Amino acid sequence: MKTCLVVDDSKVIRSVARKILEELSFSVREAEDGKQAMDACRTGMPDAILLDWNMPVMSGIDFLRELRKTPGGDSPVVVFCTTETELENIREAMLAGANEYIMKPFDSEILQTKFAHVGLL
Amino acid sequence: MRDTDIQFLTTFLKDKSGLVITPDKTYLLENRLQPVVRTHSLESIDQLADLVRAGAREDLETAVVEAMTTNESFFFRDMTPFDNFRDVVLPYLIKTRAASKRIRLWSAAASTGQEPYSLAMLLKEVGGPISDWTIEILGTDLDTEVLNRARDGIYTQFEVQRGLPIQLLVKYFAQVGDKWQIDPSIRKMVNYRQHNLLNGAGLLGVFDVIFCRNVLIYFDNDTKKQVLDDMGRIMTPDGILFLGGAETVLGVTESFVPMPGVRGTYALKDADTGAICAPAAATG
Repeated sequence: MKTCLVVDDSKVIRSVARKILEELSFSVREAEDGKQAMDACRTGMPDAILLDWNMPVMSGIDFLRELRKTPGGDSPVVVFCTTETELENIREAMLAGANEYIMKPFDSEILQTKFAHVGLL
Repeated sequence: MRDTDIQFLTTFLKDKSGLVITPDKTYLLENRLQPVVRTHSLESIDQLADLVRAGAREDLETAVVEAMTTNESFFFRDMTPFDNFRDVVLPYLIKTRAASKRIRLWSAAASTGQEPYSLAMLLKEVGGPISDWTIEILGTDLDTEVLNRARDGIYTQFEVQRGLPIQLLVKYFAQVGDKWQIDPSIRKMVNYRQHNLLNGAGLLGVFDVIFCRNVLIYFDNDTKKQVLDDMGRIMTPDGILFLGGAETVLGVTESFVPMPGVRGTYALKDADTGAICAPAAATG
């Protein structure tokens, strides 16, 4: 079973994402900010990370840069999932090492096709 | 809705567009015709049916057909047909059209343009070997309104996320307010034209590849056969037809045969399918 770490400060979004991902047979872990996510990754790298941008303590983009510098941190497939919808944000995310990008709001179909693009399904 | 109106509109739609409204889908009439009633300031669907029946309001006839024909579409829909096009069909065309350097593709239910633009982006990405080729993509649809949207190439955030890899969004789209417009270099690769599949296809020219996906499911068997046979007549002898996942030629027409090992693609019955599939075998 593949693992996905859902990183979002909104409990509602985490629970929506968890439901969709569990239906896609993922084992889901959750983190509320970039720092919690970093700690979770150091414990064990997930196969995928669904990542919010704006979060307290450590933002998604800072987390991603940190992750990609960490040993083993190049392996998780990272899919941003954020309200940041400017082309510049998307470019910045890709440059930092994101594999896909979802602009909120999203639905199950969008998440599923994006995960399929990056070979997670 | 009155039963007589349901009956009349069902027959009318079948005659005009080939669309078959089965008894379990009559709710669609109500759902999709209410906006037409409102837009044309009518009182009810009954009144709309009466006016169409009287035959004096061509604008209403068009509005009814356009409202009922399905326009759902997204980029790289189902993915596999596009993979098959890139990995099997295109290598064959590159090999066999090397002298003319010309390929014609037809997206037969182009709707708002996602399918022809997906093909255009795919061809652009392949680049190199075909960058100096003349590639014509024709997108047709029954509905003129969706074709106008296709020509503009402007999509909502929701639409660009359905099937489009983020790398292609960044590369081929510009942000226009809260929407996304496809690049002129992609737009100019596609020509759009209104076309009713029931009226034959003879005037459209000859095609190497036809995408006719998720349209036939709305037709009855006789209409499917007519449409497929028409397409068979305007394909090159080694042309390829792509149908939707729920569609087939089997039991409908003998003009086409399935391409072995390449699901959803069909060749004319006398074509050398082995030769067309050969590049797939070579690339594993």
